[in-house]
Amino acid sequence: MEKKLPFDIRAVRLQFPALDQLVYNKPFVYLDNAATTQKPRVVIDRVKAWYELENSNIHRGVHYLSQQGTIAFENARQTVANFINSKSSREIIFTKGTTDSMNLLASSLGKLLVKEGDSVLVTGMEHHSNFVPWQQLCVERKANFLVAGITENGEVDLDHYTELLEKKPKIVSIAHVSNVLGTINPIEEMIRLAHVYDIPVVIDGAQSICNQKIDVQALDCDFFAFSGHKMYAPMGVGVLFGKEKWLDAMPPYQFGGEMVNQVSIDETSFNVLPFKFEAGTPNVSAVLGLESAINFIETIGNVSIAAYKDQLIQYALQRLAEVKGIKFIGNPVHRASVISFLIDEIHPYDAGMIIDKLGIAIRTGHHCAQPIMERFGIPGTMRASFAMYNTFEEIDIFVAAVKKAAIMLS
Amino acid sequence: MTIEQTQQQIIGEFSIFDDWMEKYNYLIEMGKDCPIIETQYKTNNYLINGCQSRVWLHASFDGNIVHFSADSDAVITKGIVNLLIRVFSGHSPEEILKSDTTFLDQIGLKEHLSPTRSNGLLSMVKQMKLYAQIFQLKANQQVNE
Ligand SMILES: Cc1ncc(COP(=O)(O)O)c(C=O)c1O
Repeated sequence: MEKKLPFDIRAVRLQFPALDQLVYNKPFVYLDNAATTQKPRVVIDRVKAWYELENSNIHRGVHYLSQQGTIAFENARQTVANFINSKSSREIIFTKGTTDSMNLLASSLGKLLVKEGDSVLVTGMEHHSNFVPWQQLCVERKANFLVAGITENGEVDLDHYTELLEKKPKIVSIAHVSNVLGTINPIEEMIRLAHVYDIPVVIDGAQSICNQKIDVQALDCDFFAFSGHKMYAPMGVGVLFGKEKWLDAMPPYQFGGEMVNQVSIDETSFNVLPFKFEAGTPNVSAVLGLESAINFIETIGNVSIAAYKDQLIQYALQRLAEVKGIKFIGNPVHRASVISFLIDEIHPYDAGMIIDKLGIAIRTGHHCAQPIMERFGIPGTMRASFAMYNTFEEIDIFVAAVKKAAIMLS
Repeated sequence: MTIEQTQQQIIGEFSIFDDWMEKYNYLIEMGKDCPIIETQYKTNNYLINGCQSRVWLHASFDGNIVHFSADSDAVITKGIVNLLIRVFSGHSPEEILKSDTTFLDQIGLKEHLSPTRSNGLLSMVKQMKLYAQIFQLKANQQVNE
């Protein structure tokens, strides 16, 4: 198998200590990257260095370490702003993750825009974290919760989406990439269509952030949310990008230290952006780890990584097609590094258990996206998802395991 | 046979397997066995929802012994369901309440009862005990009446 690789994959693998272990006495094959990615040594070292040498609370001390920490933290914010090409670091809010970002928006943007009788529009392929917060907002406000349909191939039904836009929802929130189907949604087009009615668009970028170069200005999205841990960074940090005009207009989400300007018994005035949305002590080490992860990605090159992952996905699709009785859930024209499938009548949980025993980590179940399971009338899927450190050999091992499970179970 | 004797018998059967593959094959074979619940009980009323696989459980009581039947949509889960039924069905509520599931530890299947698995099995065991408790209460009431 001669393939031209865009970077030295062996050197990259060496950067990820977690890949180098045995599971049930077999070389570990990690194909659950859509759930979370492994961390490169630079990220682990950055977190360690913070706690060993730099730890102090930021934004509030005149002492040396506090000042250094504040500078490092704000530099990281600028790194994130550059990474997604936002106009200013004021548009970058650090959160705990995508879920936290979405809850912030449903609460704060919801308060600003959604009243009784209004509506909010999402799609039928959302992760629960971009579904339930909006749904609950609508229940609370007596607003209508609109859900754009999904085609048999696992793509958003754009006719239905356009039809629902005519109801003039106050907010549109859509996944860039589906964590179940792998579909890359045509968000440029979907954003443009919503903007015809001046509707702000939120993008759930949890699965796209490590998959392609994100340029929030080119996309012209109003908000973009992602999690650090799905892009080789630590858990516990995420990002909410928002256009300044929106963030300025939105009320604060949580109250506490850091996010205030003046507090008296009678009233409180709030801090400027981005601090207005960052109440309490942030997860500084994770933010610095996120910066290291960004540098790591950019050293290898976003475009090279995307090209390599595309090779992996094409190879995996081709090899999996050999498995008798396999059925792919979702056959999108544009697919990111996620494949969901079923084999005949085999329950995904059964197959998952056998594949696990062979040292391979995949995910089985509904992937926190029950509406799309309902759409396809299935209880769950088996899902393999790939990262920059996966190899063609691992795909071979994986396909052999799938075949073995299929034989044992049929 | 007492519950304890059945458990020992199962431990004996599993002791001949050299590796997990043989063990799983055996579970799969057991899981494929005839339906162990009557279709009228395979409804939402009798469903124990796990996140990963689903289990249906039905219990009846003739005044002396409890009869369990159950099913699962996943075949390996169903294999273990089968073991649990074999162990606990056909005994008095007292005996069921007295015994535990440590035999699963000894045959290396303990992980399947872990709450993190959310396959419905842990809830099934709890539900079986609950039935036993209720039946015991019922029996005692009848004695007192
Ligand atoms: C598409 C999508 N949205 C949102 C999330 C939630 O991310 P987190 O759990 O990091 O908040 C996920 C994670 O699985 C996801 O795949």
